[in-house]
Amino acid sequence: MKNPVDRREFLKLAGLGGAVLVSGCASTIGGANASAGDDFYFVQLSDSHWGFEGPAVNPDAQGTLKKAIAAVNGLARQPDFVMFTGDLTHTTDDPKERRRRLAEFRDIIGALKVKDVHFMPGEHDASLDNGKAFKEFFGPTHYTFDHKGVHFIVVDNVSDPTAAIGDEQLQWLQADLSSQPRDARIVVFTHRPLFDLYPQWDWATRDGDRAIALLQTHENVTVFYGHIHQENHFMTGSIAHHSAKGLMFALPVAGSQPKRLPIPWDAGAPYRGLGFREVDAERAPVRYAVTERPVA
Amino acid sequence: MQAHRRILLRVGVLAGIALAGGPLVILAQPKPRIIPIRAQKFTYEPAELTLKMDEPVIFQLTTADVVMGFSVPDFKVRGTIIPGQVTEVAMTPNKVGEFIFLCDVFCGSGHENMEGTMRVVA
Repeated sequence: MKNPVDRREFLKLAGLGGAVLVSGCASTIGGANASAGDDFYFVQLSDSHWGFEGPAVNPDAQGTLKKAIAAVNGLARQPDFVMFTGDLTHTTDDPKERRRRLAEFRDIIGALKVKDVHFMPGEHDASLDNGKAFKEFFGPTHYTFDHKGVHFIVVDNVSDPTAAIGDEQLQWLQADLSSQPRDARIVVFTHRPLFDLYPQWDWATRDGDRAIALLQTHENVTVFYGHIHQENHFMTGSIAHHSAKGLMFALPVAGSQPKRLPIPWDAGAPYRGLGFREVDAERAPVRYAVTERPVA
Repeated sequence: MQAHRRILLRVGVLAGIALAGGPLVILAQPKPRIIPIRAQKFTYEPAELTLKMDEPVIFQLTTADVVMGFSVPDFKVRGTIIPGQVTEVAMTPNKVGEFIFLCDVFCGSGHENMEGTMRVVA
């Protein structure tokens, strides 16, 4: 059935600025099936790299995540939920240390006032053990949930160290999408970009094009991801892809310098380039489809 | 129609066969240059390569420890390097410049710095 209301595009991406620690990104998700009263917002946190040490890029490695938690707790209106899009911890070759970092991260996140918190791994959490330790602490690495008329899909493109989603998960994604109306409001969370943002810096998903092809069968799909430690906004067809800032160090714009090295800490502007994102999910505005007809 | 065959063999490796209106032309290209590359946490040896434009090469890839990747995104060329095996990746650069090759299989705490430079000259 053709929907008389046009799909609402991702409308505004405005930096909030002003805060010392965090700048944010307010976005809206619109959709045709939204009903009155279902507006809400959630917070996306990403790439806290707990366990990282590098005073030249973040002399407050132990404090930054906690400051971000405090900033979220200080929001005048609390979000409905928080989504953490991977690289909760910084990688380590030692499985015991990996679990220690995951446990510390879990304890720190426990200070959030909002108790509805969703997690997914980044390659730093999961690529060396196929997500085993992550699952012990936070459960499945790919799953779905629904909230006030929006269908959320968490896609794992890091537990396979080759940065692939894999046939099995893609089949699961296809089956899940087939249960959703074509005009359903769908939000996808991934860690890596699904598209080839800059493979020269490993900013890609090997079989991401297959996921995008599946998602493209639906009209109202938006992807939020992390991994690149900066905002990036990109369209593939009708799908908007939005990367988030990190919470440990910022990375340079793709290809802007020879090597993918973290941006040095600026004592004159501490925490610059770090932040979190608020995403407002608003119901579609009322629109009227008008058709003029002749008398005969 | 009587077929006319002209065979061009320069170095010995047949690279292409073109059939155009009857005559069979067998073209040849130079034998690929073999370039051994050894990967280990978290470096390549050598980490700097110089190739000639249009020169076919074969990278012979080995790893000293764990599974690694070898990817040259600008040429859409890659291979997975398995311990105890030799992985061969063929490539003929068709543009000059300086390009990154990198490990695209997450291999440990230094993975993100595991890369090298490929210089292609005319």
